[in-house]
Amino acid sequence: MTIRFDRRFQATAWLLLSGGLAAWWSHVFFQAEDKTALLPGKTSHGHYQIELQCSACHDTEPDGLLDSAVSNNACLKCHDSDLEEADDSHPPIKFKKPENRPFLAKIDARRCVTCHTEHKPAATAPMGLTVPADYCAYCHQSTIEERETHQGLGFETCATAGCHNYHDNRALYERHLALHALEPAHLPDAHVATLDSLRAYLTAHPETKALTAADADAPPGVQLSAAHLGQWSADAHALAGVNCSACHQPDKAAWQDQVAVATCASCHPGEEAGFLRGKHGMRLAAGLSPMTPALARQPMHADAAHRQLDCASCHGSHDFDPRAAAYSACIQCHDDDHTRAYQGSAHFTTWQRELSGVAAAGTGVSCATCHMPRLEDGDRGHLVEHNQSATLTPNEKMLRPVCQQCHGLPFAIDALADRELIERNFTGAPAGHVPSTDWALQRAIDRADPEILELLPSPENDKNTDK
Amino acid sequence: MKTTTYLALAASGLLAPSCSKPESSATSTPGGFSPEQVADTVFTVLAADRKVYATQIVNRLVNEEKVIKAHENYMDEKTLPLPAQVFRMGAEVVDTVDNKTVDFSYSLQSLWPLNKENAKKQTDKVKEGLKYLVDNPAEKKWTGEEEIAGQKYFIGVYPDVAVAPACFLCHNNHADKEDSFPEFKLNDVMGGVVIRIPVE
Repeated sequence: MTIRFDRRFQATAWLLLSGGLAAWWSHVFFQAEDKTALLPGKTSHGHYQIELQCSACHDTEPDGLLDSAVSNNACLKCHDSDLEEADDSHPPIKFKKPENRPFLAKIDARRCVTCHTEHKPAATAPMGLTVPADYCAYCHQSTIEERETHQGLGFETCATAGCHNYHDNRALYERHLALHALEPAHLPDAHVATLDSLRAYLTAHPETKALTAADADAPPGVQLSAAHLGQWSADAHALAGVNCSACHQPDKAAWQDQVAVATCASCHPGEEAGFLRGKHGMRLAAGLSPMTPALARQPMHADAAHRQLDCASCHGSHDFDPRAAAYSACIQCHDDDHTRAYQGSAHFTTWQRELSGVAAAGTGVSCATCHMPRLEDGDRGHLVEHNQSATLTPNEKMLRPVCQQCHGLPFAIDALADRELIERNFTGAPAGHVPSTDWALQRAIDRADPEILELLPSPENDKNTDK
Repeated sequence: MKTTTYLALAASGLLAPSCSKPESSATSTPGGFSPEQVADTVFTVLAADRKVYATQIVNRLVNEEKVIKAHENYMDEKTLPLPAQVFRMGAEVVDTVDNKTVDFSYSLQSLWPLNKENAKKQTDKVKEGLKYLVDNPAEKKWTGEEEIAGQKYFIGVYPDVAVAPACFLCHNNHADKEDSFPEFKLNDVMGGVVIRIPVE
């Protein structure tokens, strides 16, 4: 039996359907907070937090509309300093050289989006990569063929096996591999730098007068709890002469209980810059509301879903104990296998030993030790990298600032290449061995590189051998 | 700005080395100078800066006063960068400059490259120019034209000479030096500065 609709019914249905669609679209476009339906496709893990701020990546045309294309400048707004710090191995400018022009026919390496196209989840590999995995061979095929050690290696393994990285080879370049090839799994003097910013500040500002609870300059009417006063007066801020008004009344503004990130940044600009580049602060950097665990793709504690991320979320307020920010703060929200396994790990044991005073400062390994490494600040001191994503993209970036502070390079590369070991928070031994350090060492020996030959075990020099 | 650039080019053109006629049928540049004249001028500045860095910075501080080292991994080792690296850094900065009055690029090349990746990208014209300068050390340049990926270039190859012991000592003792490479001495032509200018 065939069902027939008369023309009036068809017209009415068409009008209702069209009107409904238009109303829904208008609602989503103009009113709804969640505009996900407008996205042309799911974005990668690197950009999903800001995917609804289209202008963060898409340039605005003179007519006010957004350009569908994404320029390098848009990418560099956020990634410029990271690439500079990484001493980018393939900066786009390299392909401006006439002798490199032939490579452009194979892959247009001048443009970020050639390899990192967004909204294509089905074609997106780790690192937001959207080119076939053999992209290295487009230009380096002859090297792959020449090296005896590289014969038979899978075309997809160049940048996925702890050997090479397209942008950041600071820990993977040949000389570095060779220099550290003979290191033991655990270095004898394993420790990270200790933080001494308060001492450095007081040295640079000898006129500083430490404040006590009696000096608190909160205006009349502001209720000061004894707990807050006690915490503040015992904290580095009071010791550095930072009074209530400096944070709660910046630029002589009206009192505000919540301290803005920008206020903290007036004294901690380096920390803020890292925070805004990382996954904790990138929404704020894009002009969006603060990140919350509810918005995260990673597993988070349900009861922390609506915690908003700013400086105080990890550092607390008034009790700015960096040891709490280094571990306790993290587990308030993060609830993935790696995080859960931490308490059973050797790293956790070292952290407990440091906290209890049994082991020296800098020998414990907290979440922050690895994910927020202490970097040289260029002024003989150290700065905590507050972009906790920086050393994960890819994780070989963690080798030098983190792993190699305590572990030999071969062991560290093997560990970072073992995904299951990472999930177990490094409980156990790496399942396999990445031979890159062996190959680099052998090549240096074959070339009779005197710098490397000096490191080889000998009766006179056995300091680099694994005992 | 533009007038200043033309004047600078014109003035510095007077400093260009006397040299043989180019093989190329070079068209004039926006400033009215031939690509060869522009390349000559660029080379004059490059050679001067390269000589100053090699002699007054590297050779003086590393070999004579022995107060600092120069190393390929200068950031890790906290040393001076090698002269060839400084030269390349300058070339990369030049590449970042858009809308130059006369577009040009330059690089350091050699028939005996320590960096093998560089050798792989050497064009036949560059090899020809380098060989000509090595075989004829009295010549001041070799010029020609070549096409790369659809773009025609004027190409000038100028001798890169070992102006200080730092140059040949480092190259002669480098771990990547192949057995077939010559033992350089002072004032030997170790390679060439390759300057390319796009032409129609």
